[in-house]
Amino acid sequence: MMHSGGYARGSRIGVLEILPWLVAIAAFFLLPEYLSLGARILIFILFTLSLDLILGYAGIITLGHSVFLGLGAYTAGILSVKAGIHDPFLQLIAGAAIGAGFGAITGAVVLRTKDLTQLMLTLAIAAIMMEVGNKANWLTGGADGLPGVQVNPLFGVFEFDFIGKTGYVYCLVVLFIVWFFVRRMVYSPFGAMLTGIRENTARMHALGAPVYKRLLVVYTISAGIAGIAGVLLTQTTQSVGLNVLSFEIAGDVLVMLILGGVGRIYGAFVGPTVYLIAHDELAKQFPEYWSFGVGFLLLIVVFFARGGILGLIDKISARVRKS
Amino acid sequence: MQAFLSSLVSVLFHGVAYGMILYVISVGLSVTMGLMGFVNLAHGVFAMAGGLLLSTAMGRYGVPFPLALLLAFVVVAVASVVLERLLYSKLYSAGELPQVLFTMGLIFMSIAVARYLYGTQAAPLFLPDYLKGQIPLFGRDFPTFRVVLIIFSGLIVAALWFGVERTRWGAMVRAAVDNRDMAQSVGINTNRLFMLTFALGSGLAGLGGALGSDILPVQSTYPLENLVYFMIVVAVGGLGSLSGPFIAALLIGIADTATKYWLPELGAFLIYAATIAVLLWRPQGLFGVRS
Amino acid sequence: MSALATPALETQMLCKAFGALTVADDINFRLEQGARHALIGPNGAGKTTFVNMLTGALPSSSGRIFMNGEDITTMSQAARTQRGLGRTFQITSLFRSLPALDNVAMGIAEREGVALRMWKPASGYSAIRDEAMSHLEKMGLRDEALTVVRDLPYGKQRLIEIAIALGLKPKALLLDEPAAGVPSIESGRILDVLAELPKDIAILIIEHDMELVFRFAERITVLVQGAVLTEGAPDQIANDQRVRDVYLGEGGHD
Ligand SMILES: Nc1ncnc2c1ncn2[C@@H]1O[C@H](COP(=O)(O)OP(=O)(O)OP(=O)(O)O)[C@@H](O)[C@H]1O
Ligand SMILES: [Mg+2]
Repeated sequence: MMHSGGYARGSRIGVLEILPWLVAIAAFFLLPEYLSLGARILIFILFTLSLDLILGYAGIITLGHSVFLGLGAYTAGILSVKAGIHDPFLQLIAGAAIGAGFGAITGAVVLRTKDLTQLMLTLAIAAIMMEVGNKANWLTGGADGLPGVQVNPLFGVFEFDFIGKTGYVYCLVVLFIVWFFVRRMVYSPFGAMLTGIRENTARMHALGAPVYKRLLVVYTISAGIAGIAGVLLTQTTQSVGLNVLSFEIAGDVLVMLILGGVGRIYGAFVGPTVYLIAHDELAKQFPEYWSFGVGFLLLIVVFFARGGILGLIDKISARVRKS
Repeated sequence: MQAFLSSLVSVLFHGVAYGMILYVISVGLSVTMGLMGFVNLAHGVFAMAGGLLLSTAMGRYGVPFPLALLLAFVVVAVASVVLERLLYSKLYSAGELPQVLFTMGLIFMSIAVARYLYGTQAAPLFLPDYLKGQIPLFGRDFPTFRVVLIIFSGLIVAALWFGVERTRWGAMVRAAVDNRDMAQSVGINTNRLFMLTFALGSGLAGLGGALGSDILPVQSTYPLENLVYFMIVVAVGGLGSLSGPFIAALLIGIADTATKYWLPELGAFLIYAATIAVLLWRPQGLFGVRS
Repeated sequence: MSALATPALETQMLCKAFGALTVADDINFRLEQGARHALIGPNGAGKTTFVNMLTGALPSSSGRIFMNGEDITTMSQAARTQRGLGRTFQITSLFRSLPALDNVAMGIAEREGVALRMWKPASGYSAIRDEAMSHLEKMGLRDEALTVVRDLPYGKQRLIEIAIALGLKPKALLLDEPAAGVPSIESGRILDVLAELPKDIAILIIEHDMELVFRFAERITVLVQGAVLTEGAPDQIANDQRVRDVYLGEGGHD
């Protein structure tokens, strides 16, 4: 079963859906030395989830999703370093708003086109933002980025500590809230409608759906969520650099989503977790082999496991049930 | 005024050299994407492979320059056919996403290989003595290698156009770009046509990557860093067109050189902005055959 | 309602060319309110193209289209659908990985304007579910409601096409060969369902099965090579020598 949601199926939260949260809470207590990696994973889950909304549910292929992560990240950085605004929630709201705003503006352009032109536009917009980040030294710190971002303690009490306890819990709570919202959306008529657009756009038009406007709505929401992820990244690492705008990040997030499984929410949970843990273990030791491995993995997924890890698990469990 | 004219000449000269290289590398991408409708993000991999081959053949095995160039062309073309038969062809009708992911995978793998061979350094370019130095032209000195590069690329372009306009193969390619089903129904073996065209396009990319290695340094991030430019040449020029990408490549080469020279603080901003503008104005590119 | 009432759909000098090929050639056409109208013509005559222009799926090259007197020539497909124009596709066009129920419910949700709701689960909209179910039942697909469309035989997929159209509650309905590929028992069901539709719905049917056409239609338009050859009551058309020539000359229909 590839999709969740729709009119025919129920929407109750299944037992398996509680699992990620249990794992996350258990990790907090059992793996205290890995909390900063944990926070990074949570942030990328959020980012990947935002991509899943537009790619997995609405079928828009983008090579420039990093733009929105980057905007959120720089918003937090600039607010803190240049404007002296250190309130975490203000930064969060600003990052979401700017991400969403830019999503609406670029979406209005990108979504008018299709296929290669659309792909190219997302690529060109990402390239332009990279160039802005690089050249607008006075604002973004250029190639050096903005180190020394400060964030006030949460509710005035919980400091963002060095071990990352606060950061981890904070990211977990934000992810939970966004997940809850996204899950409702996926199961709602809006989510069903998005699946419809991906499955058969011509039919959607014939049903009377103004497809372009609908895509613009989801694109904007997705960009806002990516912006939130960017803010979290800056807040937990207390710095922001050009890499948040890079093609590598746009590529990485695609890989993470594909690896987990497209169009099913939890692919966005599994993919980044596996990818980032593997990255942490392997990338520093074997940098060459790492990118070779990622490339090879993509090939494997494309040729043998389009559904990603979750798709594989589905297949295996279906076979077990049969026998 | 004198100074401006002088810098104008050198911007044009280097811009044209850059544009020519961009074209030799990208033209295959235009044709294969137009012909097969395949989103091949990994085209730069072939160009990088050409550069790596040239450097390795000359540096490690002492192969003379012209032979090494030929080798870059042939080896890349042959390797690309193997890839095409084994992998690309499986995804012709798979839709955009698998194509994007697959070719991204190729990029990642090639980055790893390049890094394994040359680390984070650019692969060195060993020019033979006769291509070093300057030659005087119209009372000015121009770097010999760049002059040769422009002339040689020009010859390649001429040969390519002749091939497409005047040969049977060219006629079949044009027919298939226009209407693949029709071409198939009149008995053109599109599979073989794809294969040959892909090989030629990739071989040219390899050649371009090798020739252009002093303009686009051959380092491991090559396929990713230059991806945008190759794609822009094709998207702005128009899929499936030969002349469109040529004009686009020259424009980009000259514009890029000019901004680097006169407005370095803008970087590539203008080119990207222009690309977006063009794509909005004409989504099929300036000279695209498909709408 | 007088015979001179504004037609449900009207085209004036409608043209369409694909490159050098003219597929619609100055078509002047009226679909009256509550009409039972058939559009016939040999393969490639341009019938589907004509429907695509009416719905806005294809832009016309020139000419004008009116719906209930309103000029809709440049209006988006969605806007036309929202004004009550429904259609079925000659080549089945469904959400193949979704259950039959969702295929129908999706259209109802659009009609009811709930498709932008993001909070309540879709499965909680029981009115929409029930209505979708009732349209499926009409097409004899009660037991297939929860089956993913891809897994249904082609004939049943054709019936879902019609169930979807019914769910839009259109005021004008364009049926592009609804019975093509449907086993004959079930094509009887299609006729029955169409016969039961409210009389004020205007229906245009494209069909190659002449028996079906003559049983259903009160008016017939014959399209040949993009141009209207003739139009009239069924018996007129049946006795028209030119129509016979077209069909016999082409070796009959498929
Ligand atoms: N998008 C297109 N581009 C070019 N030609 C087209 C296109 N769509 C249709 N045609 C051509 O237009 C002509 C009319 O096609 P259309 O599908 O409207 O015919 P039709 O009357 O519905 O035929 P049939 O009875 O086979 O369904 C055909 O010759 C067809 O090949
Ligand atoms: Mg037809």
